[in-house]
Amino acid sequence: MAPAILLAADTPTLSSADTGFMLICSALVMLMTPGLAFFYGGMVRVKSTLNMLMMSFISLGIVTVLWVLYGFSVAFGTDHGSLVGWAGDYLGFGGIGKTDLWPGYTIPVFVFAVFQLMFAIITPALISGALADRVKFSAWVLFVVLWATIVYFPVAHWVWGEGGWAYDLGVIDFAGGTAVHINAGAAALGVILVIGKRIGFKKDPMRPHSLPLVVLGAGLLWFGWFGFNAGSWLGNSDGVGALMFVNTQIATAAALLAWLAWEKIRHGACTTLGAASGAVAGLVAITPSGGAVSPLGALAVGAVAGAVCAMAVGLKYRFGYDDSLDVVGVHMVGGIIGSLLVGFFASGEGQSDVKGLFYGGGLDQFWKQCAGVLGVLAYSLVASAVLAFLIDKTLGMRVGEDEEVSGIDQAQHAETAYDFSGAGGGVLASVTAPLAAAGQPKQTRKVDA
Amino acid sequence: MRLITAVVKPHRLDEIKEALQAFGVHGLTVTEASGYGRQRGHTEVYRGAEYTVDLVPKIRIEVLAEDEDAEQLIEVLVKAARTGKIGDGKVWSVPVETVVRVRTGERGPDAL
Repeated sequence: MAPAILLAADTPTLSSADTGFMLICSALVMLMTPGLAFFYGGMVRVKSTLNMLMMSFISLGIVTVLWVLYGFSVAFGTDHGSLVGWAGDYLGFGGIGKTDLWPGYTIPVFVFAVFQLMFAIITPALISGALADRVKFSAWVLFVVLWATIVYFPVAHWVWGEGGWAYDLGVIDFAGGTAVHINAGAAALGVILVIGKRIGFKKDPMRPHSLPLVVLGAGLLWFGWFGFNAGSWLGNSDGVGALMFVNTQIATAAALLAWLAWEKIRHGACTTLGAASGAVAGLVAITPSGGAVSPLGALAVGAVAGAVCAMAVGLKYRFGYDDSLDVVGVHMVGGIIGSLLVGFFASGEGQSDVKGLFYGGGLDQFWKQCAGVLGVLAYSLVASAVLAFLIDKTLGMRVGEDEEVSGIDQAQHAETAYDFSGAGGGVLASVTAPLAAAGQPKQTRKVDA
Repeated sequence: MRLITAVVKPHRLDEIKEALQAFGVHGLTVTEASGYGRQRGHTEVYRGAEYTVDLVPKIRIEVLAEDEDAEQLIEVLVKAARTGKIGDGKVWSVPVETVVRVRTGERGPDAL
């Protein structure tokens, strides 16, 4: 995010261009969460598709409510001890006037609040990919409430809030490499270490049930990510947002190709899943770094992220933790790569004059990046593991063994993703004939697919 | 009468249908099947995790024939199904006791 001081030459006035741009960016970032739902939903087996979609989609509901009530205040209110924010005016958005400007910027507080809300929504949703097939929906809902409150809101304050420790230290995180991706990836690792593997992990085939959905999801993520990244400068007056937009495209393309190259060499085929995963790895890595690096730097960041993440997703088999859809391997690892590479590739001609090692700036910025990465990673890992442990001991995190094996969709949501009963021309479809509801005349309509 | 069953590669279906039509077969039943023989399965890769997929897609063709036509029909079918590569499939026949045409009630060879 832009340091306010850069744009605050005079007292800013409301810019309709910046405001319109930021409202569009907010909508773009919103679309990433359903996109993520498809990205994940296609990767699980048929029997848990809906649960996977819902774990992301429910975040749109829960986090929005929390954000209005107190989340925005904790993340972006007045700093307390460099750790949390708090501002009475922000509670329930009660004291925010429609023309009040976000301090130092040309956009209303409402616009800033709704843009940041979309980040708060997608971050818990990212975690869900590691928990496929096996977590009670009620436990997940409670986890999202607690995790957003105890982990995301404070960490967003550390990184982007005026007075947060990482912000004050000078850690560069343009759009959320630490606050979003390392945060979610480390949380995923913490939770899966507590709840354990899926039944049949490493033994049963767990092939993605729909790669077209995965590619659709990756496409929506890529599209929405332009808002996520370019919007994070909160304005357009100095070209940094445009640099970020361009770098987002470049790094994503490079990572997509790097992942495919690795696969081709290692396994002999360029897979669809590899292309989608490589693109996401590139998007993750350019998120913290895209405002600081040159376009050629973005090419390098993307290529490194694509290749390293392609290797990192195999680690779960070696170490035996069930990061089902590779949240750790893609988001945590990609976030770390992007954040640390700022220390090497920062050109001094982007968002600030800070230079990385390759541009003659020494290792100063690299150490700052390390501090940001380690601080967020350690806190999120530990806090998330503790939360999962507490929920497991009270509500129970996992569904029963038979529910997990027969399918979490039916057990937890009373639905199935696809109606296959029409096979055979619909003759067998009578198994879906509607039940007569109490007090209503018995329905006799036959359901023929 | 005999029931001839062939489990063969899906992409040979058109050739087989044409060959059987030329031979004078008026009807057959095709179902999608999956299985494996000496061909075994194939390997799929998802983010580096390799899965061996045992069951390979096949089609099962079922044709009824009179006893005296059966051998020749099998030869026609096998010729049309063959690619010479592993996984071409199997053809077998079994005796059939009764055949009835549902619409007319005709029985035996008249029902074919």
